[in-house]
Amino acid sequence: MLDIKNVHKTFFAGTVNERVALQEINLSLTAGEFVTVIGSNGAGKSTILNITSGKLRPDTGTVSIDGKDVTRLVDHQRARYIGRVFQDPMAGTSPEMTIEENLAIAYERGKRRGLRPGVTRKKREFFKEELRSLELGLENRLKAKVGLLSGGQRQALSLLMATFSSPKILLLDEHTAALDPQRADLVSRLTAEVVDRHQLTTLMVTHNMEQALRLGTRLIMMHEGRIILDLDQEQKLKATVPDLLHEFEKIKGVVDDRTMLQ
Amino acid sequence: MITAVELGLIYAIMALGVYLTFRILNFPDLTVDGSFTTGAGVAAISIINGMPPVMATILAFIAGMAAGAVTGLLHTKGKINGLLAGILTMIALYSINLRIMGKSNLPLLREETLITPLREAGMLGGIGAIAIFLLVALAVKVIMDWFLHTDIGLAMQATGDNEQMIRSFGVSTDNQKILGLSLSNGLVALCGAFIAQYQGFADIGMGIGLILAGLASVIIGQAIFGSRLIWIASLAVVLGSVLYRVVIQLALQAGLEPNDMKLVSAVLVVIALVLPQWKVFARVGGLGKMKKSLMGAKG
Repeated sequence: MLDIKNVHKTFFAGTVNERVALQEINLSLTAGEFVTVIGSNGAGKSTILNITSGKLRPDTGTVSIDGKDVTRLVDHQRARYIGRVFQDPMAGTSPEMTIEENLAIAYERGKRRGLRPGVTRKKREFFKEELRSLELGLENRLKAKVGLLSGGQRQALSLLMATFSSPKILLLDEHTAALDPQRADLVSRLTAEVVDRHQLTTLMVTHNMEQALRLGTRLIMMHEGRIILDLDQEQKLKATVPDLLHEFEKIKGVVDDRTMLQ
Repeated sequence: MITAVELGLIYAIMALGVYLTFRILNFPDLTVDGSFTTGAGVAAISIINGMPPVMATILAFIAGMAAGAVTGLLHTKGKINGLLAGILTMIALYSINLRIMGKSNLPLLREETLITPLREAGMLGGIGAIAIFLLVALAVKVIMDWFLHTDIGLAMQATGDNEQMIRSFGVSTDNQKILGLSLSNGLVALCGAFIAQYQGFADIGMGIGLILAGLASVIIGQAIFGSRLIWIASLAVVLGSVLYRVVIQLALQAGLEPNDMKLVSAVLVVIALVLPQWKVFARVGGLGKMKKSLMGAKG
């Protein structure tokens, strides 16, 4: 479903601040696969999401979605294939607009927008139905401005908006990191439910190893722009947080030694 | 005073245009000063050359849209700061407007205009004219309300509110800004065309400082009448425009001269910006929020 081939990305190339963000990344997701991505700061986790969403263009390599080469499309052109939830709960919704208006915008993802009314009675019923699945009571507050909602509520709404139009790819960028533990658990649970319900091909970046192990069908670990560990569903089920930490230390040691020897 | 209300209702069309860019798109657009005169000039020269007034007015709207599109392109494709993009278009339009008009003042007194039937029926300066101007202003308001609730309109609202979000749903924010600026300046030029016909001439300097009148109308109206929902906000803009002209009229009656009005407008806007920073006034509903958006847009 998603094919990232030989992707290389360098920031500030040719300056003293030059930083290699991704090196020869090859990552392929089959339909319905739910991959969690972990790694230290600067490992390239967010860059891989931004390359996929079209916010960044790779220096070399290609990105294909469902067999279609989208490397040259910018973010809003790829949006018809991609649902996205950002780390900042404020980023995925429009605060000055009502819940139903936000949903109406999401409902038209990637379609040609015309002069039909944005919110209709039929859509409103559908929105209510979908909001009910969040179990936050938002279905009774369709005309409330989204800016009035709490961070957790907004993130749950963002998740719904990113997914209910069944995108080909779902990108989650540490979307529970800015929430308190209780809300993070809620959004985590909703994520598992919604991915399962729509059978979404998902790429989720997280800092939380426990979450990375609990969610998803496959886990990759990144370090300095490379994928250094790739666990399939079976291996992932057996793995524990200490295993991951151990793996991480091991690789880090090797890399550091290599750096020392150069 | 009736003249002030008439003017306020006609200028409300311009204020609605300013509202579209300034509050919906969060874009302080200075093109207005130029595109208003463009509208007046296009309508005037077309009428003088024998075009039916309705056609001339529509043509003015289209010319205004073109001017707005230029600012939009400069800002989005040329990556020029929004304020500067507007200033560039505004100044370029000064020369273009002179080219359109051929000279700096075009009298329309003997021409058949949209206002002629009203004048001949003796309705100007009375309830009849006010009712008609009110209907026109409300029609523009209702169309704008409707537009902002269509799929495109919602996308435009979101473009002014959260660009990252609306891009992630497949909307080109560049296109939305160009469209919004075009529609806004179309309305401003439409207003210019009406004003030229109402006062019986088009003048190269008639748009100077007009953006302040537009801003003042939006700010005064929304501070007093609120802006919680689109239809309330746009109604507040129409009422704000009338109120602004009434204030100007009062200032004139108090002994100030027409040439002082730019200063009065500037002072009005400054008061609306500064007062909410003082704690006593911060609690006055709407003002604080208004200031936030104003400062945010300009900062």
